[in-house]
Amino acid sequence: MLSVEGVEKFYKKGGLFARDIQHVLKNISFSCGDGECLGIIGESGSGKSTLGRLLLGIEQPARGTIRFDGANVMDRGARSGRISAVFQDYTSSMNPFFRVEEVIKEPLRLRKIGHQAVQDKIDQLLHQVGLNSTYRKKYPHELSGGEAQRVSLARAVATEPKLIVLDEAISSLDGSVQIQVLDLLRSLRQLYNMSYIFITHDIQAAAYLCDSVLIIRDGQIEEMAKIEQLKNVQSAYAKKLLRMIMT
Amino acid sequence: MNMLKQILKDRLAGVSLFIVAITIAAGAFAPWLAPHDPNHIHMELRYAGPSWDFPLGNDHLGRDVLSRLIFGIRPSVLYVFAALLASVCMGAIVGFIAGYFRGRTDAVLMRVVDAMLSFPGYVLTLALIGMLGVGLENILIAFVLSKWAWFARIIRTSVMQIAETDYIKYSKTIGVGHLSIMARHIVPVSLPDIAVIASSAFGSMVLQISGFSFLGLGIQAPHAEWGMMLNEARTVMFSKPELMLAPGLTIILVVSAINFLSDALQGALDPKLMSSKAKFQARTAVSAARLQGKEVA
Ligand SMILES: Nc1ncnc2c1ncn2[C@@H]1O[C@H](COP(=O)(O)OP(=O)(O)OP(=O)(O)O)[C@@H](O)[C@H]1O
Ligand SMILES: [Mg+2]
Repeated sequence: MLSVEGVEKFYKKGGLFARDIQHVLKNISFSCGDGECLGIIGESGSGKSTLGRLLLGIEQPARGTIRFDGANVMDRGARSGRISAVFQDYTSSMNPFFRVEEVIKEPLRLRKIGHQAVQDKIDQLLHQVGLNSTYRKKYPHELSGGEAQRVSLARAVATEPKLIVLDEAISSLDGSVQIQVLDLLRSLRQLYNMSYIFITHDIQAAAYLCDSVLIIRDGQIEEMAKIEQLKNVQSAYAKKLLRMIMT
Repeated sequence: MNMLKQILKDRLAGVSLFIVAITIAAGAFAPWLAPHDPNHIHMELRYAGPSWDFPLGNDHLGRDVLSRLIFGIRPSVLYVFAALLASVCMGAIVGFIAGYFRGRTDAVLMRVVDAMLSFPGYVLTLALIGMLGVGLENILIAFVLSKWAWFARIIRTSVMQIAETDYIKYSKTIGVGHLSIMARHIVPVSLPDIAVIASSAFGSMVLQISGFSFLGLGIQAPHAEWGMMLNEARTVMFSKPELMLAPGLTIILVVSAINFLSDALQGALDPKLMSSKAKFQARTAVSAARLQGKEVA
């Protein structure tokens, strides 16, 4: 469904006339099937978020192609409502001037449905992420981190997308809330039969949710492994990552 | 409506809003409100003190000071407001485009802005008056030309911050077009910032236009303008100080009201600041922005 081939990305460092160029992603290729959950793991600065933005089609790769159901992801019409995203920073994930209901209404606007249907859908979505209708009138700053991430999830699944890219979606939450949101992600995935690309630096969370993981280091794919075979990874870097969580 | 309620909660802001509203209304309906023709000369009433017929007295040509103050609202406040609106609009368009699209567009537009900003504001205004000639319209044109770049730069910074947020990324992801992202997210979210810098610039522009008229570069006699009224009263500053008092106090009052209102505006526009506990924080942030505004404007 999502296929990434030979993707490269560079960023210019410094100003307009700067020569210094940073090679952020090097020859990235992988694919993600229907209903699959793929974890992308790597340390800070390895280029995970950059890869995420490319997958979402909001930035263009310097080389290589990213295809979603055969169409280029840069094509806005091809993405429309079929790819969605949840980001790390819950404080900036929603327009501060919007109430929760307006936040969730935004993606529903793409589906041409009537007023009453939209209202019912908002209630239904809030219910699915474990919030009740009293949250409709709240502003983002009146929500806790976990609640905000739940609203982001409700917004993300509103158009019933085929793929959601989650960039560190649980990293800024604390322990018990992380587990709650992970469980919510699991149940939503069953409900809507979606694929996830789960970007994280937390290998445990990835193991909990994903079918397979992609380990990325300095912009290169270090290793790709099924979760069941995570114990017998080959590369030294992956072994080191694993050892860190075992101890 | 909600916004109005928020402003009125703060008593100082309520009074300021009242003063600004009265001033604008008085300026708009000047011919009906003013008790006398502002340019009608009564030589027999030169420097006359307040009377029932002329509540604020008469000036050196025996003209009614109150009527001249009311007619002076038009050039001193209303036309300045129009010039402000024009330059904010120009600045906003450039700032939105540069801040949202970034890259080469941004680089080119910002070099133009830099070039405009490299002239000191007063010098640019004086140079334009030198080229176009003395007169209120020319000062207003000079204002628009010299101030839009400053607005463009500030609005661009604000837009850049907003354009990087996750909710804009989300909108782009699900395929919302650039125009609707601008209209639904960027314009409303940056509006409080714009309102605050615009209103603080408004205060200083009112002062500046009075300053230019005081120097004789603005509106030409016999039309009334607050700065020019000050100038005319200057010759009798020591013998008849009350003639300076009326326009001077009016300027101070209106400019202060505008400044207080600009403080209150941000709190009223931003849902995060509506709760009173965040109010102090808002105050300090706005004052910081205002100080910055004063420096450049
Ligand atoms: N818009 C940008 N302009 C210039 N450089 C960028 C930009 N975005 C990212 N980079 C650079 O690319 C590199 C990778 O950044 P990225 O955000 O993808 O890392 P990450 O793996 O997501 O890290 P983290 O785990 O901290 O979120 C960093 O060195 C960063 O400085
Ligand atoms: Mg990141």
